[in-house]
Amino acid sequence: MKFWPLIKVLPVKTNFRFVRLAKFFAPLSMLLVLAALAATLYPPKPPCFGLTCGIDFKGGTVLEIATDPKPADLGQLRHALEGMNLGDVQVQGFGSPSSAMVRFQTPEGASAEKTAEAVKARISQTVSPVRFVRTDVVGPKVSDELLTKGVLALGGAIFLMLIYIWFRFELQFGLGAVAALFHDVLLTFGLIAVTGIEFNLNAVAALLTIIGYSMNDTVVVFDRFRENLRKYKRMPLGDIIDLSINEMLTRTIITSMTGILALLALTVFGGPTLFGLSVIMLFGIVIGTYSSIYIAAPVILLWGVRRGEEETAPAKPAKAGP
Amino acid sequence: MMTLSRWKVMLVVLAALFGVLFTVPNLLDPQQRSSLPGFVPSKALNLGLDLQGGSYLLYSVDTQALRSERLTNLTEDVRKTLTDDQIVFSDLGVVNGALSVRITDPAKLTTAQNALRNAVGAPLAGVAGGRDVTISTEPDQRLKVAFVPEAFDADASRAVEQSIEIIRRRIDQLGTREPNIVRQGKDRIVIEAAGESDPERLKAVVGQTAKLTFQMVDEGASLQDAAAGRVPPGDELLASSDGYAPAYVVKKRAEVTGEMLVDAQPRFDQQTGRPVVSFRFNGQGARRFADISSQNIGRRFAIVLDRKVISAPVIQSAITGGSGQITGNFTEQTANDLAILLRAGALPAPLKVEEQRTVGAELGADAVRAGAISGIVGLAASAIFMVLMYGWLFGGISIIGLLVNGLMIVGFMSMTQATLTLPGIAGLILTLAVAVDANVLIYERMRDELRAGRSLIAAMDSGFSRAMATIMDANITHLLSAAILFVFGAGPVKGFAWTLSIGVFTTVFSAVLVTQILLAWWFRTRRPKTLPIA
Repeated sequence: MKFWPLIKVLPVKTNFRFVRLAKFFAPLSMLLVLAALAATLYPPKPPCFGLTCGIDFKGGTVLEIATDPKPADLGQLRHALEGMNLGDVQVQGFGSPSSAMVRFQTPEGASAEKTAEAVKARISQTVSPVRFVRTDVVGPKVSDELLTKGVLALGGAIFLMLIYIWFRFELQFGLGAVAALFHDVLLTFGLIAVTGIEFNLNAVAALLTIIGYSMNDTVVVFDRFRENLRKYKRMPLGDIIDLSINEMLTRTIITSMTGILALLALTVFGGPTLFGLSVIMLFGIVIGTYSSIYIAAPVILLWGVRRGEEETAPAKPAKAGP
Repeated sequence: MMTLSRWKVMLVVLAALFGVLFTVPNLLDPQQRSSLPGFVPSKALNLGLDLQGGSYLLYSVDTQALRSERLTNLTEDVRKTLTDDQIVFSDLGVVNGALSVRITDPAKLTTAQNALRNAVGAPLAGVAGGRDVTISTEPDQRLKVAFVPEAFDADASRAVEQSIEIIRRRIDQLGTREPNIVRQGKDRIVIEAAGESDPERLKAVVGQTAKLTFQMVDEGASLQDAAAGRVPPGDELLASSDGYAPAYVVKKRAEVTGEMLVDAQPRFDQQTGRPVVSFRFNGQGARRFADISSQNIGRRFAIVLDRKVISAPVIQSAITGGSGQITGNFTEQTANDLAILLRAGALPAPLKVEEQRTVGAELGADAVRAGAISGIVGLAASAIFMVLMYGWLFGGISIIGLLVNGLMIVGFMSMTQATLTLPGIAGLILTLAVAVDANVLIYERMRDELRAGRSLIAAMDSGFSRAMATIMDANITHLLSAAILFVFGAGPVKGFAWTLSIGVFTTVFSAVLVTQILLAWWFRTRRPKTLPIA
């Protein structure tokens, strides 16, 4: 027996009873979503609640400094910034031993820019040699706007997807897809909250990408599902869902794998700036694949779907495909 | 579907050539690029500031300051008009953002109103009355002079335009690489300066209002009293950076202003050798300066920049030549910068930094390297995986599709000069990796059809056409989320969205056409009896 290409070795037709397992997975998902929601919303402190807010959304300054050839002395840096009345100052290593990241919020009523300049001056006085390789300053007006835009973007994307699926399939499909999207987005928020990955513009970009990919997966399964609905008019809905998912299983696994491989490379080699983005998308692809199978399809089962009843009424005319 | 139509082959070959042609400049160094003949595309990818290093500065015009300045000027105009027309008034001041004045003689109320109507405000198109102020009567013999709301908007708009003009003039003289200055929204200005420019110097030159005034020092006032809050009427207390006194009490009235300057140059003082800024007045300024200096010999005047005294020299003799020099506490560079600021003129209103993002060039280069390495590793892993799954032939076809896809994306982005950002690189890698999805969908469908008992050619044919609907559906979802990202995202995120969107089109193209042609070609030349993946 040949072992390559692998596609020949994989079972040609799987018969997993996904729908039956959904009874087990659906409550589990529900629980996880609730836990994620709690982690995201607690403590209830605006603007970012349980998430680790980046300066994009809460305003403030991030400085990335290089002290090579000497290693960065984080304690000395912390000490230098004490007494500047900055409130919450974070000093941490970043990438190489001679790099550090300093993050602080603008004190109430002060100018973000002036504060950043004062801090830079203080660091230059105490640490030598020092170079500021990155300076990000976000004022309060801009951070408010960015947050509003980010929330609108996420909401808008989910809404657009609902409309698109509704238009392309049926309302039940749209609801299933949106349920899966909420599931994916909320779980990812949970991940961001629990791991402390910075919630910033990149994170929102990653979330929107996840929405795109989760939808992609869901649409592919739905496509087959719709086709089988027409093909097997007498088959129970649950069996059709199982059949469709099984038929698409190889494709689902292969596509997820290529995505996961690329994202793993990004996570490992992409450097500290892309790390958060990559991890979020990695998680999202896994979750998106899972939710297409265990959330989107079962929601349709729960809701029922209009079929060419009893063969008398003609099936809904096909909008696409042959 | 499995026929090799000539136009499809042409289209794919053209697209691939296009991709190569526009991608090649990225492999050359700038010198080689500039020596290319004119008809060859020579533009490399337009790297975002996060990749090539540089500064992004978002300024907002302080409209509040603009507003209060307009009100102050209006107050003075009203005072002057009423005084000139010998109308007695009292209680002139700003109440709730409008000017209120009490006319002592009730009979003169209409006269005053008419006088003001002709004298204050400016014409403004598109509002009732055609002027930017309204004058109405109020109880208790009062007149209310208020700006129409549009006046402030027009002001802000004009201020933004003027500011951009002045900033451009200042930066031109700085001699750095041409930064990009654009207006954003109603009252904002974005400055993007690429490369190794010093953001602090840029900020110092851009952000300073540079309002220069010459005010007399009130020699009779005591600094201690003023510091304790007892500033004599008509005077003000201004901090100083001249190195002699911490502050000065000066007359509020600006005798001469920076607008009357025609030139300013950095020089060295002939006696002390220290850096100074020499300046020259226009005719009006020269006359005023001559008058004031001849009347005030032996007294001091303060040269005030943005409400800070930079020098307070004693007037030795009447200065009639219309020129002079500022002997402040300068270094060579600050003298040079001040000269630039004075030549370019003052900003109409203060600018505030709302957002700054500066990335050093070395960090950008690191990011490009990290992106390239992870891209190569990620895509190689995906490619190997595809060959493992589908074998050399079908795996190879998807890899060729991937290459064409990648070339088209890079070529298209180079051609349109769309900005590639660090998140954009991530988007690109992910797009390419998942682009094989289209191949997978096609292959799986073909296997399904074959299993359903169709002949090879029929299976390939219908596998292809049936997978198409799914591919379209799946990719439109990507396009939708990319569109949302583009609309709402800012800066680097927009670049990410753009990369994703271009990727959707090239993916559909390469998956559909490239795969189709290669499969058809294989079928024609080999006449296979079965699919190697079935």
